[in-house]
Amino acid sequence: MDAILSLEGVGKIFPGAVALSEVSLSIARGETHIILGENGAGKSTLIKLLAGIYQPDSGSIAFNGQAYRPKTPHDAQLSGIRIVHQELNLLPYLSIAENLMLEKLPRRAFGIVDGKALNSRALALLKEVGLDIDPRTRVEALGVAQMQLVEIAKALSNDSKLLVLDEPTATLTPPEIERLFAIIKRLKAKGVTIIYISHRLHEVFEIGDRVTVLRNGKLVATHDLQGLTVPHLVRMMIGRDIADEYGFDASIVPGTVALSVANLKRSAETPEISFAVRHGEILGVAGLVGSGRTEAMRALFGADPKLDGVVEIDGKPVAITAPKDAVRHGLSLLTEDRKGQGLLLDMAVDKNITITDLSKISRNGLINRRAESAAANDLVGQLRVKASSIEQAVRNLSGGNQQKVVLAKWLFRGTSTLILDEPTRGVDIGARREIYQLLWMLAAAKKGIIMVSSDLPELMGMCHRIIVFSKNKIVGDVPRAAFDQEHILSLAYQEYVRP
Amino acid sequence: MSETSQATISAPVSPGRAKFLRFLVRDAGVLLALVLITVFFSATAPYFATSGNALKIFVQIAINTVLAAGMTFVILSGGIDLSVGSVLALCTVVGATVMIDESLSPGVAILLALLACMATGAVCGFLNGWISTRWKIPSFIVTLGMLNMAAGAARVVSDNSTITGLPQSFVDFGNLIIGGFLPSIFLIAVLVIAAGWFVLRFTVFGRMIFAVGTNDEAVRLSGHNPDFYKVAAFTISGLTAGIAAMVYLLRLNIGSPIAGVGYELNAIAAVIIGGTSLSGGKGSIIGTLVGACILQVLSTGLQLLGVGDNFKPIVIGLVIVLAVILDAYRERLLRVIR
Ligand SMILES: Nc1ncnc2c1ncn2[C@@H]1O[C@H](COP(=O)(O)OP(=O)(O)OP(=O)(O)O)[C@@H](O)[C@H]1O
Ligand SMILES: [Mg+2]
Repeated sequence: MDAILSLEGVGKIFPGAVALSEVSLSIARGETHIILGENGAGKSTLIKLLAGIYQPDSGSIAFNGQAYRPKTPHDAQLSGIRIVHQELNLLPYLSIAENLMLEKLPRRAFGIVDGKALNSRALALLKEVGLDIDPRTRVEALGVAQMQLVEIAKALSNDSKLLVLDEPTATLTPPEIERLFAIIKRLKAKGVTIIYISHRLHEVFEIGDRVTVLRNGKLVATHDLQGLTVPHLVRMMIGRDIADEYGFDASIVPGTVALSVANLKRSAETPEISFAVRHGEILGVAGLVGSGRTEAMRALFGADPKLDGVVEIDGKPVAITAPKDAVRHGLSLLTEDRKGQGLLLDMAVDKNITITDLSKISRNGLINRRAESAAANDLVGQLRVKASSIEQAVRNLSGGNQQKVVLAKWLFRGTSTLILDEPTRGVDIGARREIYQLLWMLAAAKKGIIMVSSDLPELMGMCHRIIVFSKNKIVGDVPRAAFDQEHILSLAYQEYVRP
Repeated sequence: MSETSQATISAPVSPGRAKFLRFLVRDAGVLLALVLITVFFSATAPYFATSGNALKIFVQIAINTVLAAGMTFVILSGGIDLSVGSVLALCTVVGATVMIDESLSPGVAILLALLACMATGAVCGFLNGWISTRWKIPSFIVTLGMLNMAAGAARVVSDNSTITGLPQSFVDFGNLIIGGFLPSIFLIAVLVIAAGWFVLRFTVFGRMIFAVGTNDEAVRLSGHNPDFYKVAAFTISGLTAGIAAMVYLLRLNIGSPIAGVGYELNAIAAVIIGGTSLSGGKGSIIGTLVGACILQVLSTGLQLLGVGDNFKPIVIGLVIVLAVILDAYRERLLRVIR
């Protein structure tokens, strides 16, 4: 085998965690290599070693037959390695175009940035990934999935020998994923080697040649993908089978309306929307990237201003102008952007969890640390958050474990209606199963649950009903009996294909 | 559920040890620096290691420590307060004016002066916070405006002159050295720090100050009003400027419209040297006390060594820059340890 990259006995230790130990692996030139593993298994750490963000504590890496010891991300780029990291790293106050071209801004005389060339090149890159947005838009105005597409476009802006994608599809919907896969296949045909990490096990068969599974920092096995099935992968990853992933609980019958939204209008250009969720119901929200699902939820919650609309809780109209009103009336919103809007990255796990309701762990304004630890430990155990202790800074948790902390903080609040925007983003299949079970417990306790997800099979597995967004409009309300992937997708496309 | 997977919490470095390492890097670092420079000057500077000099240092750091205590709240919450020096000036003239009122008995006059100082400072601080959050203006700009306004107001109130003739009992209290080693004004400073420490460490309010400084959008979406805590932090800073003005009156016995020039920079320096990050969310008020000590020990020590008044600011400036550089390394270290 002609190896483009080979790792020999690579190890990386953090105080509190052995992230990688004795990993030996070779990636063949031109292959698409899938890396799988539970949350915290060490996948992203491995990538960060290649990126020059961390240096290995032991072992050696060779790239193109030569010893490879990058000290900075710049070194990695010079060697021809491009990486799309799991956490998004765009500069929020610059435009999309500037973010895309930051390394090589097109210039005119005297170093003045050539705005025209900048935007036209950016436009071409955006077209390639299928993002239909003015490249002069500031990145802070984008949703997480759109940022993800910009990150991918950025990696494509330069030629590379090895392209690494760390969970690129965690927030994407089928059309974007299809387009990404087309790009991957095209690059592959050009001889580019690709390393691809994902928790969406069904998708890897379409592009992957071989798969490597990590568990607790150790390499479990490397296999040809051909002949393997999802259950094989699951067993390699978590050492057991998962039957009936979603565990739809038919015994739960939705009751009276918990939350209803009537004629919600976000801005002059967007249409009015109305929907409702019942007690004990899990309502799915489907739609393409940028279809206005997240924005609708944020407006309902008071996170963004709205022009008009009536929100009723248990039949009584409530005034919500800021998130604190929503929370007071028993709503929770788990945001899709965990890094920017969900977490206090430099604070500890326990403090992140209790921030939603400090009154539960305090008396007369004084925090009871023991009660706080107990509550946090409880949730950390329930969701199996992998952390060295609850005092670890959330920044140092793996992506999937950070996501579990975001979920934990709203479970701690325990409100009557939960709006979950991509609750299982980047969460491994074992832990997903546990989150689903938790959701069923909540539904059994008569809470209303709204679940926004880009993972259509997940919505179809979990929901009583799915409403479909297309270009800011609700175009369908599909009951469980009529669930059909093709049908829901065609609804999601509806407003875009219309002349 | 039965499963084969490992326990959730696995730790090659025990949490207890990680905690200890964290303490070493975060707090003990500055303390060690203080000890080292104290030892250095004790060995090299004549008269440095005398009880008289120690007392002098305690007296001299009192004002800055009180200002820096409030400043710690503001910086932790993600802001900066450039107005405290001139707010202090305004408070000294307000306080002195109240105190020399002949129609009041000294006891009542002193008490009223204290209340007036605290109220004046708190109002200035509240305005800082309210304006910067209401109109989303960087606190840097707003407090720069307040710096000028308060300085002007101090001149108006005092008619541009210094105010003297404070009650004798007040002056005596200012000179009091409790038990022969504890100057009264240093005690006040320590009490302010202790109160700040308690609030930041044990209360819900203190937790929110840290949270707001870490990520105010996440705090807002968690159902809180981050602006409330920002305004509160500025109000506290104004309040401590008022208390610092009383300390000023105790020490110098005059109310002066030109007091406090440049004090805000000393307060910020103490906070930063003490390990609080300028970007908010990280730091400790005990560190601030140590930072204030370091600044004064340096200043006194250099003077006793015969370093001229021209060179002294250069050295102190270098130390401040060094502290910020060290802070960058400390953050990196802490990130790995936690
Ligand atoms: N800077 C750090 N300091 C301390 N521990 C760390 C640090 N970075 C990662 N870890 C730990 O190393 C382990 C591996 O993390 P890594 O991010 O590689 O996981 P992952 O396989 O990418 O997981 P996920 O699927 O959730 O993204 C985790 O236990 C994590 O807590
Ligand atoms: Mg990862």
